[in-house]
Amino acid sequence: MVGFSQYINLAWLVPAFPLLGFLITGLANKRLKYNQAGIVASSMVALSFLMSVFLFFLLRSYGQDKATVTLFDWISVGNMKIPFALLIDHLSLTMMMIVTGVGMLIHIYSIGYMHDDERVNSFFAQMNLFTFSMLLLVMGANYLILFIGWEGVGLCSYLLIGFWFKNPSYNYSARKAFVMNRIGDLGFIIGIILLFFTFKTLTFTEVFAKASTFQTGAPVITLITILLLVGAVGKSAQIPLFTWLPDAMAGPTPVSALIHAATMVTAGIYMIARSGILYNLAPITLNIIIFLGLATAILAAIIGLKQNDIKKVLAYSTVSQLGYMFLALGLGAYSTAVFHLTTHAFFKALLFLGAGSIIHAMGGEQDIRKMGGMKSKMPVTYFTFLAATLAISGIPPFSGFFSKDLILSKAFEHNIILFVLALGGALLTCFYMFRLFYLVFYGEQRMAGINPHESPKVMTIPLIILGFLTVFGGFLNVPSLFGGSSAFSAFLQTAVIENVTEELSHSTEIILILISLLLLILVILYAHRIFIKKAFVLADDGEPMTFTGKLISNRFYLDELYAFAFEKPFGRLSDFLYKKIENTILDPAVDRIGTGTSELGDLARKLQKGNMSFYLFTMVAGILLFILFILII
Amino acid sequence: MKEITSAIQLIPLEHYILLCIALFSIGLMGVLFRRNTIVILMCIELMFNSVNLLLAAFSAFHSDPAGQVFVFFIMVVAAAEVAVGLSIVVMMKRNVDSVDINLLNRLKW
Repeated sequence: MVGFSQYINLAWLVPAFPLLGFLITGLANKRLKYNQAGIVASSMVALSFLMSVFLFFLLRSYGQDKATVTLFDWISVGNMKIPFALLIDHLSLTMMMIVTGVGMLIHIYSIGYMHDDERVNSFFAQMNLFTFSMLLLVMGANYLILFIGWEGVGLCSYLLIGFWFKNPSYNYSARKAFVMNRIGDLGFIIGIILLFFTFKTLTFTEVFAKASTFQTGAPVITLITILLLVGAVGKSAQIPLFTWLPDAMAGPTPVSALIHAATMVTAGIYMIARSGILYNLAPITLNIIIFLGLATAILAAIIGLKQNDIKKVLAYSTVSQLGYMFLALGLGAYSTAVFHLTTHAFFKALLFLGAGSIIHAMGGEQDIRKMGGMKSKMPVTYFTFLAATLAISGIPPFSGFFSKDLILSKAFEHNIILFVLALGGALLTCFYMFRLFYLVFYGEQRMAGINPHESPKVMTIPLIILGFLTVFGGFLNVPSLFGGSSAFSAFLQTAVIENVTEELSHSTEIILILISLLLLILVILYAHRIFIKKAFVLADDGEPMTFTGKLISNRFYLDELYAFAFEKPFGRLSDFLYKKIENTILDPAVDRIGTGTSELGDLARKLQKGNMSFYLFTMVAGILLFILFILII
Repeated sequence: MKEITSAIQLIPLEHYILLCIALFSIGLMGVLFRRNTIVILMCIELMFNSVNLLLAAFSAFHSDPAGQVFVFFIMVVAAAEVAVGLSIVVMMKRNVDSVDINLLNRLKW
């Protein structure tokens, strides 16, 4: 085992490469010339990816399930010992390979996408910092390191959403994302503190070992899991904290692909899957997760039907897909959730990068009402986008089919109502994706004056690679129904403890798949009829709409509701505190302390007027008083 | 040595103490109320010597020579102090043409 422990200790290199890249591109910001920052940043993430793959094969060849790499003792106070350690197991390896693999492709794509931006070097520095934080998040061996990464990705998300900070509304979006995440993080950190008080440790393996001493449904475990869930809800954009994610589309498109589709927003899912043992002990929390996930999946899909901004549609679709992952988590099918996370990372990154390619070709235009007829002009984007659309809709044999079908069948095992609702959400997904697809690629070009062209190779090659992953990624986890061995789930089995339910019989599964396929095809045909045959054109902003149409296209007025329920009262409270407390009490009090000290000084100054006899007199008087004092005591 | 000690002990200790208090108080009053710097220095010497006398007396009554050794130390220190003090007085006389202590108020803020 000498070789193994030697090699596994190199695991720190995985997050170290992006950190190095961040330092290089960040510190030499002004000196790096055209493209250099992008090349440095991409190669660092690529090295990190190679290192992750190396670790994967290392674990496999030595037949190890997991390894903890302790870098140094970090906090050691009293009985609180928190080492700075990395946990390499099948779950973190999966996440590492997604983060670095997809991240690498997006970095390369960004070289082309961001090439004419003046702050391109800062962009790559922040992207690398994000990759570093995300790797820390998934590799940390205890909750506190996970939390460092958690906050780090939140910071990078804020920075990158507001990357084009000269636009005030983008800044507002960045702040919104930050504040929304803060609400979740508050719950998360309270959960971590409670976890520490309960278990006296934060290391995953120790916590999970001690968790078995608690009974199912123990109140403290339920409370901890709910608090951790609050964090996950904020980070993974679930009801009620999901409104930041669509606004986060203000950032550059590669950021949306990397942070707000493939990696950061899945941190909550990772965290819950990681804490699966705790969640298995808290059936109440699992039911809450099911409810939240399903509600988010359907609500976001409904809102997605009426969005006209290409990135907003994809954003709501992300929220919706995250809802599916939450549903899977709530059903105790953690490996299914992670599998959907993986396929989603592929196809959603592809969709965003494809959208970026289109936006690039349209000269920054994001409104799908002005697009159209891009099929012949952008063949690579067209075909990859088609693959991703089919995948997210759940058409076999694309990757999304396998993961979504798995979630649906788990839902069916649990309750048929869940299955029906989840299938309804999937049909909505299919409809809005094909609506987007038809409007963008078919028909006539609806905006004059520009000549769209295919993006350069540095952008299309990542699209093609992601396209392959989107098409074939599902074969990682072929269920036994199709003669596979569920390799991906089996791989994760050592890291996540499932809340196992009995398998469905193959005949039931075939019926379920056929039903959903039939419905999906009907939905696609319906979309085809509306948008191709009838050449339906979306209403412009000013045109009157039906009540429901208005409701949906205004996102159920949730932002307005939040503004009314939280922002306004809070603003009024702040105003009161500022005008009454700050201006009339705190400020004068602080001023008074300053002027009072100065006045006291003026008084004391009179003693020091240089009169020697007076000094001597006070000295003698002082000594006499002192002696008197001693005598009395 | 023996004879001196016994000679000192001929007078009761209270007398020494009263004498020293008187000397010390005279010195103190001089320091406090005189304005001539040289007189103040002399008064300080008076206070020193009253303390020295008291130390010597206690030393004799206590049969412990340590007190007398201290007296020698104090005398040496006092000599050095007088040297410094007198040179300050000389400088003062040269600069402000007076030895009035109330004129030494130029260093105030």
